Amino acid sequence: MGVGIEVESLNAWFGATQALQDIGMRIAPNHATAIIGPSGCGKSTFVRCLNRMHETLPETRVTGKVRIGEMEVYGDGTPAVLVRRQVGMVFQKPNPFPAMSIYDNVAAGLKLNGFRDRRKLDEIVERSLRMAALWDEVKDALKKKSGASLSGGQQQRLCIARALAVEPNVLLMDEPASALDPISTGKIEDLIFQLKENYTIVIVTHNMQQAARVAEFTGFFLLGRLIEFAKTEKIFTNPSDKRTEDYITGRFG
Amino acid sequence: MRNKAGARSEQISWSRRFGDHLFTALAVAALLLVLLPLAAIFADLLERGIGSINWAFLTRTPAPVGVPGGGMANAILGSGVILGIATAIGVPLGIGSGVFLSEYGRNRFGDVIRFTADVLNGVPSIVIGIVAYSLVVLRQRHFSALAGGVALGIMMIPTITRATEEMLLLVPVSVREAALGLGISRWRTTVSVTLRTSAAGIITGIMLAFARVAGETAPLLFTAFGSQFWSTNINQPIAALPLQIFVYAISPYDEWHRQAWAGALVLIALIVGTIAVVRLIASRGMMKGTT
Ligand SMILES: Nc1ncnc2c1ncn2[C@@H]1O[C@H](COP(=O)(O)OP(=O)(O)OP(=O)(O)O)[C@@H](O)[C@H]1O
Ligand SMILES: [Mg+2]
Repeated sequence: MGVGIEVESLNAWFGATQALQDIGMRIAPNHATAIIGPSGCGKSTFVRCLNRMHETLPETRVTGKVRIGEMEVYGDGTPAVLVRRQVGMVFQKPNPFPAMSIYDNVAAGLKLNGFRDRRKLDEIVERSLRMAALWDEVKDALKKKSGASLSGGQQQRLCIARALAVEPNVLLMDEPASALDPISTGKIEDLIFQLKENYTIVIVTHNMQQAARVAEFTGFFLLGRLIEFAKTEKIFTNPSDKRTEDYITGRFG
Repeated sequence: MRNKAGARSEQISWSRRFGDHLFTALAVAALLLVLLPLAAIFADLLERGIGSINWAFLTRTPAPVGVPGGGMANAILGSGVILGIATAIGVPLGIGSGVFLSEYGRNRFGDVIRFTADVLNGVPSIVIGIVAYSLVVLRQRHFSALAGGVALGIMMIPTITRATEEMLLLVPVSVREAALGLGISRWRTTVSVTLRTSAAGIITGIMLAFARVAGETAPLLFTAFGSQFWSTNINQPIAALPLQIFVYAISPYDEWHRQAWAGALVLIALIVGTIAVVRLIASRGMMKGTT
């Protein structure tokens, strides 16, 4: 079941440069929320703060509060691995494990965390690949082909299946369709619609039509700040901030 | 207008094609130049050694001076024992320090280890032999297979360390992030994802180190020492192919000279054979599951 996300005065740094400033946001459970804004405004940094991936880069720092369901993401007693198991992530560029078969790519999150029940694994792998709309294309070569041998679009769907296999509550997608053709993009958008029933989804996108199609809520970022956060419809038809309007009408960015 | 343009493009493509052929030819010539000495060595070895390789050579211990026949079976076995010990020491230490350097070595301490490894790589093998002598032989009070294995094992470490580090650094950050993003712990990511992704390259590094030490003679002179008898006891002196070849080659007997050639041929064949088998097994295992 999806859970809500509450972000309070979140700041993030790369070395001395601050990439996020004082972000506050309440993300509704079982809905899709889009993050938009010009390149370099901190969209990726923001979603990477939600599952504590930001801190894996050298010389980075985060302050503020993030609560996901009952979990204090930056709480003293919360291990990062626990957060990441509950908050799945699909990265901007497809990143399958090159030395693993398709099957092992999908099963990796479970297997490498000690899950051993083979029959159950088979089931989960099939279900995840079906959800990611990849099953039909790979079912005959599950254990023969490596994850790296797929096309870019297939690789991205494989990464989605891999994230789904660990059954997270929240799915973060950082421009999951930026490298894909319209058909693969359509498949991923359909997938987001289905997933909303059971997951809370945060999707970064440069494509405003895409945001309008899949997301109920949209946040507009600019230079590391959250400028406006509202229902998608409102953002696109009647934004309250001049800068939001300038951006969505294509006056900059 | 069209004609002119056509002629021009034809000219460009002609000179391009010429350049292309020229560079292909140069590359092939360079390749042949590299392969030539290798082929010459093989041909020479084969010609001189093959005549003395027979069943007795591969199954008997050396015959006393003046007695014809005999073989190097104990030396083949001894080399196997010593290299087994060396691999058991060099591979875990080499991979371990390579992993350390790539994952936690972006600092002064890492630089010191890197520098040490490079220096160790350049230390003459006879010096490594002396080190193993003082570490093992003096303590045990006699020569031993173990001492020989320690000497060769130490020699394997720097090659494997640097190969491991370089191969691990080739694994893109995005692949590590994929694993971390699934909630897989850092060390598990290193072992099951990063190391595994670069396994082919690391195995190549191990094979390089193995091939290099398999033919070493100097560090064995006062560690494994050599022996005329069968032995698998790691606490006793043991025969080794390079030692046996050395002793036979500097002897005044024609029969022993022929056997030295045969020994050299067997040594090369064993090294090449080992590398081939490991590569085969590795390429089969690569795509298999983690279980
Ligand atoms: N690894 C890094 N090291 C230093 N600075 C970084 C790093 N990654 C991002 N930044 C900086 O942080 C800021 C936010 O970057 P971020 O990747 O979050 O932008 P983004 O909104 O996702 O952009 P895009 O749409 O191009 O993906 C940028 O100014 C960028 O220069
Ligand atoms: Mg980004």
